Amino acid sequence: MSSETIIDENFKAPEPERVGEERGSFTRIAQELVFTVDHKKLGLMYIGSGLLFFVVAGLMASLMRIQLFFPNSKFLEPDVFNRFFTMHGTAMVFLVGMPIIFGFANYLLPLMIGTRDMAFPRLNAFGFWVFFFSGLLLYFSYLAAPGLYAAGSAPDVGWFAYSPLTAKAFSRGHSTDYWTLSLLMGGIGSIATAINIIVTTLCLRCKGMTLGRMPLFVWLFLVVAFLVIIAMPPLSACQIMLLLDRYLGAKFFDTQAGGSAVLWQHFFWIFGHPEVYILILPGFAIASEVIPVFSRKPIFGYPIMVAASVMIAFISLGVWAHHMFTVGMTSMGNTFFAISTMIIAIPTGIKIFNWLGTMYGGKIRFDLPMMFCIGFLFQFLIAGLTGVMLSVAPFDWQLSDSYFVVAHFHYVLIGGLLYTIFAGIYYWYPKAFGKMPSTKLGHWHFWLFTIGFHMTFLPQHISGFLGMPRRIFTYEADRGWEIWNQISTIGVFIQMPGILFFVGNLIYSYFKGEKAGDDPWDAWTLEWSTTSPPPEYNFAKLPEVKSRRPLWDLKHPEDPDWKFE
Amino acid sequence: MINDPSETETPWRLPSPRKVGIISLIVTESALFTIFVVAYVFYMGGSLNGPYPSEVLEFPLFGTIALLGSSLTILAAEFMLKHLNRVGFLLWWGVTIALGAYFIYFTATEWWHLIYEKNLTISTNVFGSTFYSLVGLHLSHVFIGLLLLSTVWLLTLFGKIPKDHTEHIEMVSWYWHFVDVIWIVVVTVVYIISVRIPVPIS
Repeated sequence: MSSETIIDENFKAPEPERVGEERGSFTRIAQELVFTVDHKKLGLMYIGSGLLFFVVAGLMASLMRIQLFFPNSKFLEPDVFNRFFTMHGTAMVFLVGMPIIFGFANYLLPLMIGTRDMAFPRLNAFGFWVFFFSGLLLYFSYLAAPGLYAAGSAPDVGWFAYSPLTAKAFSRGHSTDYWTLSLLMGGIGSIATAINIIVTTLCLRCKGMTLGRMPLFVWLFLVVAFLVIIAMPPLSACQIMLLLDRYLGAKFFDTQAGGSAVLWQHFFWIFGHPEVYILILPGFAIASEVIPVFSRKPIFGYPIMVAASVMIAFISLGVWAHHMFTVGMTSMGNTFFAISTMIIAIPTGIKIFNWLGTMYGGKIRFDLPMMFCIGFLFQFLIAGLTGVMLSVAPFDWQLSDSYFVVAHFHYVLIGGLLYTIFAGIYYWYPKAFGKMPSTKLGHWHFWLFTIGFHMTFLPQHISGFLGMPRRIFTYEADRGWEIWNQISTIGVFIQMPGILFFVGNLIYSYFKGEKAGDDPWDAWTLEWSTTSPPPEYNFAKLPEVKSRRPLWDLKHPEDPDWKFE
Repeated sequence: MINDPSETETPWRLPSPRKVGIISLIVTESALFTIFVVAYVFYMGGSLNGPYPSEVLEFPLFGTIALLGSSLTILAAEFMLKHLNRVGFLLWWGVTIALGAYFIYFTATEWWHLIYEKNLTISTNVFGSTFYSLVGLHLSHVFIGLLLLSTVWLLTLFGKIPKDHTEHIEMVSWYWHFVDVIWIVVVTVVYIISVRIPVPIS
């Protein structure tokens, strides 16, 4: 009996029934999207709306880059520029990063652990809609924030909104309130989804799926969900305090009444730094699935990978003040946060070596997901090294709030997170839509985006060294910054067609792509055992697993993994 | 030859989703309270003008007894539920609700006193800001807990004791215990520690 038939008999569901012609009509689709509690539809809705906000926030970044092309440029007014970098940062973190990673979690967790849905499907839908409307609320500020005072427009206080910029005296009108309420709402949605992830992972695993046999993807999302429920409430708390300050005259951040502006920084970064790991650990999750499959080897050092992830999460709760070296802390504080920040590089380094160890001696296939993962490894290494540089407090005193920092965290979030998101989308696209993404368009996407990305952000390290502060809307001609800014801006216009190829690929392959089959990559985790796209109930019969690679066991009954684990 | 693991393993057991869910909720709520407690502690003795905690705060004896006592009565109610004693359950659960409601009444009178007689509002000084936000956050949790308790009570009054819903009821009691534990922290920090700080001499 061939492995195909074994998989068929064990897991595959009967062909879904076709439900008449009205299925494709617009109202029918809209109705399905609004009422659905299906984790796969919600997952795709998360990713889709995340990509939508990504395009909007990306366009804002491009306009800012155009403004910085020439010194003394008048393309954007200063206040417009302030709104743009605030909206760009806030949107990219809360409306792009978070929803897309939650989308991956929603779509894949139940499939990977072999169950039919998330633990609380309606809470799941609630989480999505709360996120979605918090995004609309944030952008609605462009229309509504002027309010009766006709003062202000979109928020312009930066994505970390340092006090006292947000005080009533300095931020008139309602712009800051839109920012606050949107983040408060989004936080509730994130916590709901995170609780759902924890419960699903701990309580709904299929028979035989012990914690030690869960795919690393699931492990990492469990860790991320724990970070979300611990790190998100501090953000909500400081937003509540800010609202009390602005509307009831509380004195939390009012320095003239004994309040402290630095306390806001502490509270914000107690959330803000774990947030960075909330965003990058899902990137690790995707890389940990893609790299083994395309190296044709099981992941190297599974238990160490799990331990390193837990360690990263744990240490990340104690490094927040490295964002605040320039505030002027005690030397004890500086030392503590410098050392804890350096220590976090150790588990991260372990992970990079384990991925390399997985690839070492493997039979590497350079398909699209693998290309993006290799890009991720290189770029994330650079990001990690500049991170360690910035953890040295005296170095940070020189370069804090300069373009060096901008370059550093764009290498983390684009070179690290976004590349793995691309890898993940290409990897699971056949599962979600039953069609293969086009390799040719994907190659255009990869090369244009990679060249553009490095052109944009590599020179920013140098302009940072030359003293260019972040968030300035223009600069004088004699600073020696022009050439670096100009290369940077040109890079954006190489990235843009890359993104067009990506979006084009998603649409083109949906209609014209090759049929994918159930397991196009010859992978090992449970989501590939059901049909592509999976039926609403995922598995006709719930699977049972005996090792970390259940599909390998089925395909190779003569040499199953469980003999060696 | 190693045996096929499925033949040797113990039966497959997983934790209850409700329990894991409520524990996660309690963890995330604790993180929220931690920040407000830290803010309170950070600003202790930081007010530039009065009134100060040692001048206006009195130990909320009856409120504390009511709230901590309600943690015991809810245990009694659960005991009755286990023995499927509907009247006993309604009685003890009702007493729990009454104690919770009394706590809210008690705090309301305390705040009335503070606002109208001692002139301490949320905008008076940092003590006012942190005091009302911390105690108020806890009060809002008591209120939510009361809503949950009342829902259970009314459902039981108009229906039967739902045998397959005992775990739901247990989860409500876990939340109520959590609200109690938070109150112990709040009382310690606000009414025991911060009132020891002397009024600054001006």
